[in-house]
Amino acid sequence: MSKEIEHLDAKGLVKYFKDEFKTKVTKAEIKTKKEGKKQSEIVNIWMKIDKSIFKPFIKHLCDYQYPHLAVVSGNDFPKVIELVYHFSLDYGKDRKEISLNVAVDLPKSKPEIETICDYIPGALITEREKQEMLGVKVIGIPDNRRLFLPEDFPEDVYPWRKDDKGMEKFIRNLHDEVKK
Amino acid sequence: MTDEKTTTKATYQIPIGPIHPALKEPVMFEFEISGEQIVDVDVQLGHIHRAIEWTGMRRNAIQIIYLAERICGICSFVHPMSFCRAVESACDIDVPERAHYLRVVHAELERICSHLLWAGVAAHEIGFDTVLFLTWEMREKALDLTEYLTGNRVTKAILTIGGVRRDVTADQLPKIKETLQYFKNNFEKLRHIFLDDKTFKMRSQGVGILTKEDALKLCTVGPTARASGIKKDTRVDQPYAAYGDLDMTYMTPDLLTGEVNGDVYDRIIARLLEVKQSIELIETALDQAPAGELVSEPKIPKLLAHIKKTAGEGVGRDEAPRGEVFHYVKFDGEHENPYTWKVRASTYNNILAWIPMLKGEQIADIPIVAASTDPCMSCTNRVIVIEKNNNKNYMLTKEQLHKLSVQKTRRLMR
Repeated sequence: MSKEIEHLDAKGLVKYFKDEFKTKVTKAEIKTKKEGKKQSEIVNIWMKIDKSIFKPFIKHLCDYQYPHLAVVSGNDFPKVIELVYHFSLDYGKDRKEISLNVAVDLPKSKPEIETICDYIPGALITEREKQEMLGVKVIGIPDNRRLFLPEDFPEDVYPWRKDDKGMEKFIRNLHDEVKK
Repeated sequence: MTDEKTTTKATYQIPIGPIHPALKEPVMFEFEISGEQIVDVDVQLGHIHRAIEWTGMRRNAIQIIYLAERICGICSFVHPMSFCRAVESACDIDVPERAHYLRVVHAELERICSHLLWAGVAAHEIGFDTVLFLTWEMREKALDLTEYLTGNRVTKAILTIGGVRRDVTADQLPKIKETLQYFKNNFEKLRHIFLDDKTFKMRSQGVGILTKEDALKLCTVGPTARASGIKKDTRVDQPYAAYGDLDMTYMTPDLLTGEVNGDVYDRIIARLLEVKQSIELIETALDQAPAGELVSEPKIPKLLAHIKKTAGEGVGRDEAPRGEVFHYVKFDGEHENPYTWKVRASTYNNILAWIPMLKGEQIADIPIVAASTDPCMSCTNRVIVIEKNNNKNYMLTKEQLHKLSVQKTRRLMR
């Protein structure tokens, strides 16, 4: 599926991306947590990247190793929508798994991101969910329909938004909606 | 099946679904059928999306534990566990060692309950109701033990942030040992029925195949992925709680048969092996559990105050019976409630895998193939058959679809 490059640890992985994308990787933090008597390590890498390198970043990641995408989660901040892509790498190697969490900011004025379904087809479900829940437009998504929300749900209300496109107003006027 | 219309090779559309209430992601299938063969599958979700995440973002962390417990009636331990671990990692909260071991005990007991429930449903789907009663009798023992340990059969309310709420005391050990011995005695019987029975083999071998490549690309998790030969088990990959101290490996079907086919049969093997593994894990965890505290911060207001002033994000990945459960939380450092809470149940990642599994199969195989990923229960509530050419609709009940499946078993037995 992808050509195997030598195995990298968390630090090596951060360097692998920083060498390629330089300052466009705006944050890279390694967090470890130890649990149990033997203090097994749980490694999480938290990265933040610039939107302009998003697609090359995913390609660069797939070149290293075909990742498992757990899910895409999203934060709605006042000025930007932050999407966090949760990957896991090196599973299947006893105790070596690394969780890679990649965040990317989308401006509220134009919340658009490219699809990654061409690299990871399993991303479809979670991308469809982000479209309806956060009002993010995923460019090039193979299936543009809604996932969880019913067809008669209003177009410009996005449940996980905290601004005026969120649910508050919709809930307050729910009796009017029902009357319709 | 010598219907006039089927001979003209027109394709039909059959919606199946929509819901089983135990799932957070209820499912409706829309099949395109040519004669008896499935040509294409579309999956629709959301019929009872309960906006649990939205609700959770308006509650404090302790309240969410009990909300997370109600996401799923079967994974009612592992969902709050993932949430607690996400909060612990976001807010740097320690967990005492004994609590790590007790978490393993409860999680594995839940796995036994879930896999036995699944085994019964799988048997029922192909018309073996005696096996359903046999496995559910065993499951009843597991539920009794759950009730004995936690005080409740389903919503266990045993977890809290930074530990567990109840201890397993020394006088409880004999009853646990007795139940585990009962499972061991009956395991061979179960294995023999599911893996050696001729009819079981005929209905499950070579049916609903998911190749390793598809399983990787579609990001599948849990027994569904392992049955296709992917070594992916959060308990081994990234050992949390006390799993790192316990000796365990990936339960792939080649351990038993020496080969991986990725069919329904392999998914049965993967789950049966895990039941055995879980029994051993509970025994070792109870043996090795050190004495000590159960929770690092018993005062809840103090804990909430700590969470309130901590800004941070964290993830909790745990191996549920159906695969990895994933919780993401973010706290802003000003509020008790999380800024964002994202739940990803394991079936969410296994949905797309149904499409390659079901393509090319027969209508009568839908129940067993759909059930083989263990989507909480087979969601074949009722079937509507839409004839494309003249828009004539007729409805098949869940019972009729089930009957089709049973009839196929009977045909094969002749």
